[in-house]
Amino acid sequence: MTAQDLDALYQEIILDHYKNPHHKGLREPHEAEVHHVNPTCGDEITLRVHLTGEPGAETVADVSYDSLGCSISQASASVMTDLVIGRPVAEALEVHETFLTLMQGKGQVEPDEDVLEDGIAFAGVAKFPARVKCALLSWMAWKDATARVMEENSK
Amino acid sequence: MSIAGLLPQLEVVRKDFPILERTLAGGMPLVYLDSANTSQKPQCVIDTMVDHLERHNANVARAMHQLGAESSEAFEAARDKVASFIGAPSRDEVIFTKNASEALNLVANTLAWARGDLALGEGDVVVTTEMEHHSNIVPWQLLTQRTGATLRWFGLTEDGHLDLSDIDELITERTKLVTLTWVSNMLGTINPVAAITRRAHEVGALVVVDASQAAPQLPIDLAAMPVEERPDLLAFTGHKVVGPTGIGVLWGSRAVLDELPPFLGGGEMIATVAMERSTYAGIPHKFEAGTPPIVEAVGLGAAVDYLSDLGMQHVHAHEQAITAYALEGLATVPGLTVLGPLDAAQRGGAISFEIEGVHPHDVAQVLDSRGVAVRAGHHCAKPAHARFGVQSSTRMSSYLYTTPGEIDALVEALEYTRSYFRLGDS
Repeated sequence: MTAQDLDALYQEIILDHYKNPHHKGLREPHEAEVHHVNPTCGDEITLRVHLTGEPGAETVADVSYDSLGCSISQASASVMTDLVIGRPVAEALEVHETFLTLMQGKGQVEPDEDVLEDGIAFAGVAKFPARVKCALLSWMAWKDATARVMEENSK
Repeated sequence: MSIAGLLPQLEVVRKDFPILERTLAGGMPLVYLDSANTSQKPQCVIDTMVDHLERHNANVARAMHQLGAESSEAFEAARDKVASFIGAPSRDEVIFTKNASEALNLVANTLAWARGDLALGEGDVVVTTEMEHHSNIVPWQLLTQRTGATLRWFGLTEDGHLDLSDIDELITERTKLVTLTWVSNMLGTINPVAAITRRAHEVGALVVVDASQAAPQLPIDLAAMPVEERPDLLAFTGHKVVGPTGIGVLWGSRAVLDELPPFLGGGEMIATVAMERSTYAGIPHKFEAGTPPIVEAVGLGAAVDYLSDLGMQHVHAHEQAITAYALEGLATVPGLTVLGPLDAAQRGGAISFEIEGVHPHDVAQVLDSRGVAVRAGHHCAKPAHARFGVQSSTRMSSYLYTTPGEIDALVEALEYTRSYFRLGDS
């Protein structure tokens, strides 16, 4: 990769979130906790979700996490919590879907800043297949934890 | 720049490796420091493989025609070359496998099926170490799970050596097998194979050595080792000794190989097959079922010949000189900590390190933008990383074609990495 590619990968926004991650640390209360790892590189995250509201119409009250990993995976977790906390779960899942589409777009998808906010900084990551999994680790953990709570609530 | 111990005519040696001439994205020259992962290939290996495919291709041992004879001869000649490379007491003790992992799994699987003296059961102990590659951990976990035996571990000292203080508790009358790496792929440590083997043999235990990192850089002469200090089985892979992928080697003493049951069943490994039962070929073919990786074996033969022509004592001296130079250079980078021994005389050419404030993947990514290829992650040695309380590390690994200038390029790129991630001088 060239120096230019490098700058596309490591946007200022990513470096900022890496240096000062938002919502980091494990908190109470939570209804589900998951632990996801990336077997190829060893990156890992423990993530908790706290949902409030009626079954089927929950809101993401809190997402807390403890993680070890590269700047991309750390920044991605920070941005993800900014985007989902406070939103209805259904809406947060749509954001998740939009981010997933961006990351799997091989650099061909134009990011929507209105939906993804700081998440648009990861558009450059999509061009590096080896790093896409870093960016998705926390998002997949959040979706998994959320699905577990929703399933429990619907019983 | 010239430092003592480097291979004479290093620039000429480098010309043997065509890939070292190439440039990467942005016109960056390649600085390949990932040889512990896989080594680059000299032209003679490439040419030998192409020549075999162009002129001599046929299956081995079964074709009754001229090409078949030529192919068989080339394949068996490769076995002779490998035997000579490691000083095997007998060329029939050299078994071709897919890679070192398969070689180690061959031993662990056949031991699980063994009856008689080699059989393992409850109360028996298998000993490995915390610095092993996953390939020399998981097969033994499977073996002990399958047989009810217990897996025990040599720990590590702070400076990255094997902690041998409890050797008498680990190697006892109940110990059936001791396995260890000769040279660590993560810490670089060179282990006292002879002394541990002697101790294991005193209690009648088998010794299996993972020589994946040792074979590329240490002269190995099994026949010259006193029999009490000679491991019973030794594995390495072709692609780290300037050979191709897809070919590995298991050497084993005839006595042990004869006693182990077959591994895979199929063509070539039989003496005769009837519907009631089959009888098996003698070694090495007993463990080589099916059509082997023929051209890969032939390429490996050319590779070990290349190394022998350079002289493994010279390759080793070169690695030590470059490693010492690299350790000096890395020590100048603020916030950088080397994992493993700091004395080049006690280690191989793989140096893993951490840089405070930058994750190894980010280090590797920035180095890549400068043309410097290293490995980042756990290097398939998670227990060793856990021992030192780190999740992953960056690893540079040199080889016989590495120059001091390339080490300078690494150190400079590491400085650049620190500034890229806005780290100060402290």
